[in-house]
Amino acid sequence: MLAALLTVVCVGGAVFAPWVAPHNPFDSGTLVLTDGFTPPAWTAGGTSRYLLGTDDQGRDILSTIMYGARISLAVGVASVLFSMVLGVGLGLIAGYVGGRLDAFIMRIADIQLSFPPILIALLIDGVARVVLPRESHDQIAIYVLILAIGVSSWVQYARTVRGSTLVERGKEYVQAARVIGRGQASIMFHHVLPNVLSPVLVIATIHLATAIITEATLSFLGVGVPATQPSLGTLIRVGNDFLLSGEWWITVFPGAALIILVLSVNLLGDWLRDALNPKLR
Amino acid sequence: MLAFVLRRVAQAVLVMLTVGLIAFSLFTFVGDPVLFMLGQDATPEDRVRVTKLLGLDQPFYVQYANFVGRALQGDFGLSLRQVRPVSKLFVERLPATLELSFAAAFLALAAGIPMGVYTALRRNSWLAQVFLTVSLIGVSLPTFLIGILLILVFAVVLGWLPSFGRGDTIAIGWWTTGLLTASGLKSLILPAITLGLFQMTLIMRLVRSEMLEVLRTDYIKFARARGLSDRSVHFRHALKNTLVPVITIAGLQLGAIIAFAIITETVFQWPGMGLLFIQSVTVADIPVMAAYLCLIALFFVVINLVVDLLYYAVDPRLRVDRAAAAH
Repeated sequence: MLAALLTVVCVGGAVFAPWVAPHNPFDSGTLVLTDGFTPPAWTAGGTSRYLLGTDDQGRDILSTIMYGARISLAVGVASVLFSMVLGVGLGLIAGYVGGRLDAFIMRIADIQLSFPPILIALLIDGVARVVLPRESHDQIAIYVLILAIGVSSWVQYARTVRGSTLVERGKEYVQAARVIGRGQASIMFHHVLPNVLSPVLVIATIHLATAIITEATLSFLGVGVPATQPSLGTLIRVGNDFLLSGEWWITVFPGAALIILVLSVNLLGDWLRDALNPKLR
Repeated sequence: MLAFVLRRVAQAVLVMLTVGLIAFSLFTFVGDPVLFMLGQDATPEDRVRVTKLLGLDQPFYVQYANFVGRALQGDFGLSLRQVRPVSKLFVERLPATLELSFAAAFLALAAGIPMGVYTALRRNSWLAQVFLTVSLIGVSLPTFLIGILLILVFAVVLGWLPSFGRGDTIAIGWWTTGLLTASGLKSLILPAITLGLFQMTLIMRLVRSEMLEVLRTDYIKFARARGLSDRSVHFRHALKNTLVPVITIAGLQLGAIIAFAIITETVFQWPGMGLLFIQSVTVADIPVMAAYLCLIALFFVVINLVVDLLYYAVDPRLRVDRAAAAH
């Protein structure tokens, strides 16, 4: 119950950040520079105006966390969707068409599996940043990030879907569809796909937390979301510079928020998994 | 046997060539090297001459072959930012990363195995519960957050340990080591814990589950029936048999440690290869990036190849399966 409440507060705070956040940290008109480095409200020197204190530019930490969690969550969801589409598509084709194409796709999957996903995401992201023109970085950084995280984790989906497609392919309803003359693509996507999808959703719920952590790590390393639109990882990186000079709240609170967000996404995933699987009830 | 080995080696070479191709194609984005060398005022004749000299007039695959040839000799050109040979930079940075990685691996094994044994033998004690809870936190926290929290507690609040850098180092030939000075050892503690914590929890859980499995087997019951002491049963008979998968996983994880060192090195400003890579990404230092790509791929390919071949040598079932599949 407590967990459900935490999840609702956390995810809700992230999704509805523009409406519930006490300040708009990216509206430079409302920022008061002299309010910079205000410590949290309950310590000496803090004010109730800024509950968790402010950063170097006087931005309210609580509000930046809410906006940041929103971006973290959005990037996480988008990259999970992307790797799901990629993995399910490739797995379905590999399983249904078989032969050389199957061997080729699965060999690539094997090779990718021998590298840690976060390294692959980092390398793709790093290479993309160098290849793409410098001026457009800030606008497309998020999309590059989604692409990198998505590509780094399609293998799991592809393997699962390929496995169940191989089973489904031999079943009578597929043969029946073939007999009445439906095309290959139509059978794959209309007949087989709905039957192989349920384990995919379970993987996706587990994967979301990993995707959020990967995003935070890349942003922390400085190759993720730009500082103009900070995610939680970017906030932690920016705050990290002030850690040694004693302004601990700038980095500790976004860090704590990241942990809580990942935790509540995991809880949400568990709940979804149980709700989607009637056998467990 | 030979066919299997050859196929695996061929696959490894193919992966390396693909990574090499990606690294090579990065260079086409740095701009025109001829313009870079001669400046705007060069005559067309000079341009043609230099293009020929650099081999840029040759077809793509010849240029790629030249790149691979140079890369095999460790020649990746000059770093754009530091204007020094990339190979020199990596040789300087390699000791830092390897020392950190091996310290983390050692820590993971030295702490993980005893903790795993303890949690398996005293399943209901409070200390075992503490170990398991801590391991759960270790798995679910991102590496960089663990590093930041350790810095906050041990460097900022308590002031016991340094928060960045490698401390004083001593040069032994081309290898610089921080293991022989007090400040070097002190600087190593926090990064090694940060990097090793995840692997430690992994090994602890692995040892625990393997140990629980082994303790149920007949030969353990038999050893007990022979009247051997608990200590002898647990450590001579049980632990020995749990260590085979542990060593495999530890070997495989070595690559992961070197990869995750990127994050730890950034948190602690540890002057290793990972930090070099991150810095080169932010300034688009392509030769350094290309070299790192190839190097890290090489690490993984070699580790996986060795593990695969060892499996094949150790596990006769693999051989039978292959033979059956061939018929």
